Amino acid sequence: MIETRELRKGFGPQPVLRGVNLRIESGEAVVIIGRSGSGKSVLLKLLIGLNRPDSGDVRVDDESIVAMNERELLRVRSRFGMLFQSAALFDSMNVAENIGFVLQQSRRYTEREISVKVSEALEMVELPGIEQKKPSELSGGMRKRVGLARAIVYRPKIVLYDEPTTGLDPVVSDSIDQLIVRVCDRLNVTSIAVTHDMRSARRIGKRIVMLHEGRIHASGTPDEIFSSVDPVVSRFVKGISDLRDTPIQP
Amino acid sequence: MWKAASNWVLDWIAGLGGFALFARDVLASMLARRPRGPLLVQVHLIGVKSQAVVLITGAFTGMVLAAQTYFQFHKVHMDTATLAVVGVSMCSELGPVLTGLMVAGRVGASLAAELGTMRVTEQIDALRTLATHPIDFLIVPRTLATIIAMPLLTAQAIAVGIGAGYVVSVYFLGIEPAYLWANTVTFTNLQHPVMGLIKSVIYGAIIGLVACYKGMNCGEGAEGVGRATTEAVVYASITILISNFFLTLILNRIIPAL
Repeated sequence: MIETRELRKGFGPQPVLRGVNLRIESGEAVVIIGRSGSGKSVLLKLLIGLNRPDSGDVRVDDESIVAMNERELLRVRSRFGMLFQSAALFDSMNVAENIGFVLQQSRRYTEREISVKVSEALEMVELPGIEQKKPSELSGGMRKRVGLARAIVYRPKIVLYDEPTTGLDPVVSDSIDQLIVRVCDRLNVTSIAVTHDMRSARRIGKRIVMLHEGRIHASGTPDEIFSSVDPVVSRFVKGISDLRDTPIQP
Repeated sequence: MWKAASNWVLDWIAGLGGFALFARDVLASMLARRPRGPLLVQVHLIGVKSQAVVLITGAFTGMVLAAQTYFQFHKVHMDTATLAVVGVSMCSELGPVLTGLMVAGRVGASLAAELGTMRVTEQIDALRTLATHPIDFLIVPRTLATIIAMPLLTAQAIAVGIGAGYVVSVYFLGIEPAYLWANTVTFTNLQHPVMGLIKSVIYGAIIGLVACYKGMNCGEGAEGVGRATTEAVVYASITILISNFFLTLILNRIIPAL
């Protein structure tokens, strides 16, 4: 279970989050939507302790993480996996080394066991046999899949996705969405995705939360959100710009 | 004007504080656990791959120093003391300082650029999400490798510098080799190379820590990485030159003439 209480975060004079209260139960698949710059990625990084809030609390399994130092956070982060927007693969390592990184670092597995687990993870993301390739040899979609394999190979309880389909064509986006749903169902993990891709949000979320002006503006099932009459939610899910209401000055 | 100056001073103090905390974390990690990153690979990249530039620097510095010393000493008929000057200078000052400056330029820039790029491409954040402390995995192996490589490179630079000075003195300037070598051995004692090697270890720590700190705290984008790279080289080089003065004073007091 992850919970935020009155979470606030700003950069310089600009407040980004102005008191976010959110509770995500174990096993939920939650998608956080919102306009660019609304603080979605900032919220995601606060949940895993990559950034520190200005005030408020983040609790993971009823344990507050905001006052933890970096070493204490490592213990909490071992329950998380995260897929970054750019995949953030280690470019000095090949695919197998990237995926097996955590297993290698834990020093609890033999080379053979790591190799088997890496192959299984690659098969799960439908990319078998690319262990020896370098990240620079992969396409954007392949990089995201390898990033996903790296995030799930050690069976975390919570997986965070930062803009998982941004920059991908619709077909590849669909395949990534399917993978996320499959990972959530098969591994029974809590999924938290941040996106402004509404097709993707509908496919992967069992609950959609909308962030607007630094606060949670709406929360509900995909059907509730997509049929919402709230003007802010409705405009966003339909992709209608505020500019249409603004008369163009001569 | 006053506000800009006070901001600069505050930024400088904050930077110094940040660096001190960073160095403390690195030291704590070094003492508490064995390196998690590939130490030997880093020793190869930092040490072995820097040999060419360090050897060339050492050789030509020894040659120039021998020639210049000879031209001055010849006026007072002290030709055979030429290599003694080269020996003492290379062992205690020029060997460690020039090796430090060359390694700061080659390795410092490379470390800052590598870590800076990792930071702006979220690879360091990815490392943190994979429950791995960047200091344990990235910083400690690189800093340790620089500390290990520097005395070895310095020893090579000193040896090659003295050897090159000997070749110039004997074969180009025509100094009698027996007297030349006798004077060198008389005036260059164990204190000098020991002092030089102690300095080189400290310079290795300075280069590794400054370059890694700049890389880990670089600004956004290509501009941020570029600035971090430049600052790493400049700050490491200046710190080496300033600390060399104080180290010379301190080490001459605590290391007796052997």
